[in-house]
Amino acid sequence: MMNSPEDTRSTAIAIEGLRVRRGRVDVLQGLDLHVPRGQVVGLLGPSGCGKTTLMRAIVGVQKVKGGTVSVLGQPAGSAALRHRVGYVTQAASVYDDLTIRQNLDYFRRVLGAARADVDSAIAATDLQEHAGRLVSSLSGGERSRVSLAAALLGSPDLLVLDEPTVGLDPLLRVELWGLFHRLADAGTSLLVSSHVMDEASRCDRLILMREGAVLADATPEELLAETGAADAEGAFLALLRRRHARHALPEADDAATEDAAAEDAAAEETNEADATEPANGIDRDHQHDHRAAHQEEAR
Amino acid sequence: MNPTRVFATAGRVLNQIRHDPRTIGLLLVVPALLIGLVAWIFTDTPVFATIGPAILALFPFIVMFLVTSITTLRERRTGTLERLLSMPLGRGDFILGYTIAFGLIAVVQALIASAYALWVCGLDVKGDPWLLVAVAVTDAVLGSTLGLFASAFARTEFQVVQFMPLLVFPQILLGGIFFPRDQLPSGLKEISDWLPLSHAVDALNAVATNSHDAAYIGGQLLIIGAFALGAVVLGALTLQRRTA
Repeated sequence: MMNSPEDTRSTAIAIEGLRVRRGRVDVLQGLDLHVPRGQVVGLLGPSGCGKTTLMRAIVGVQKVKGGTVSVLGQPAGSAALRHRVGYVTQAASVYDDLTIRQNLDYFRRVLGAARADVDSAIAATDLQEHAGRLVSSLSGGERSRVSLAAALLGSPDLLVLDEPTVGLDPLLRVELWGLFHRLADAGTSLLVSSHVMDEASRCDRLILMREGAVLADATPEELLAETGAADAEGAFLALLRRRHARHALPEADDAATEDAAAEDAAAEETNEADATEPANGIDRDHQHDHRAAHQEEAR
Repeated sequence: MNPTRVFATAGRVLNQIRHDPRTIGLLLVVPALLIGLVAWIFTDTPVFATIGPAILALFPFIVMFLVTSITTLRERRTGTLERLLSMPLGRGDFILGYTIAFGLIAVVQALIASAYALWVCGLDVKGDPWLLVAVAVTDAVLGSTLGLFASAFARTEFQVVQFMPLLVFPQILLGGIFFPRDQLPSGLKEISDWLPLSHAVDALNAVATNSHDAAYIGGQLLIIGAFALGAVVLGALTLQRRTA
């Protein structure tokens, strides 16, 4: 890899020019990203922005078209990493027709982890009372905790968690974020995705994603200071506006709707003319959304 | 290939089935019931004596094909396979674990079906009845491995069920159960030589009539085993760590 040994020690994930195509859609088009070790890094962005695809590429289960993904100093998906990276998919990937303990015990044996790991994973996710119950009888939140518990087995160096706190009650969410920080303090690197912006403040570092591109990569404080916004949601909007300054519509113009429609139509024509240039496609979509956000505010 | 992971996987699959008593019941009882039905239909005719042995191979083969293909497809769809493939589980560990688990169920199923055919339906077998069981088990394992293979080409449960008529029906039609293979038109006869079920039916008929020695039956079993092994290897090849 191109990283110097020093980089490798401080970097959990290094991505250069990652391109992923799923079906006919270019989900990621030359994405660069560096995730430091030992921190809780939040990956935020609307549903469908490529968070899951990015995470799959990091874990090494995604076919990629180009670029390099290096995890803990090794190419993503290499055999040596399979013991060191824990992955929680968005839908709970556990067996419905096994008990919690049977699920964890199976994954433990596949990982070759210690027997005691099962109990500590159950305790960490607060599932002690249910350990003997079939997963099919659990609620959605409980199931996703089982899925998380499975990823904790074998104490991986990197945890990649795709929306692990969806559907959890607020108290438990706070507890899980506490767990994430305890793990990070002990040296684990965590990449946690969410589409809930209010979880942003709980992260050591934030990556804002949209339409397959990284909009921002900073600490929450830096992000707020730089955009002058009060919260992550505001910062996200401010960044979107800034990014599309060249197409920007007047900030508070009630009559903008018709003009914007006309502008859009014009933009669409130009884009169709240079369909070979991929960036245009994104810009067009951005402009639509920008307008939607703008109208929202105008109301 | 790692024995711990193979047996962990086999144990996990069996544990899953253990939590589903209805499936166990269906797996173990349905083939025997169907054999009983065939025997009943052909009461007072010599037909059951002729096709009975072949039927013994057929039902375990079909049932195991369906069960295995749907279970593995479910694993692909629920994301558990993706999780396992991001772990140190080898593709061979996965396939072999499944084959062992369903192979064990196939043994029990074949024992029950054979016992029912011999003792309840009065199937007349001139050769060693244990050879009958051996062929039925090998056949059920073949059904499992073909099911594993088929599940790789299906995206949905609807699709995977369609593979049953595609992969299984031609083997039934050409296998010599309904029509002797040596009387098939040329072309079809040669095709049927290359279908694994034909060899199972030949072996079962050989046991029933005691027309061949155990070496011949062993040879037929080896052929079926080779097909099963081929399906396992192909199934493992179709299992990709990285998907689109």
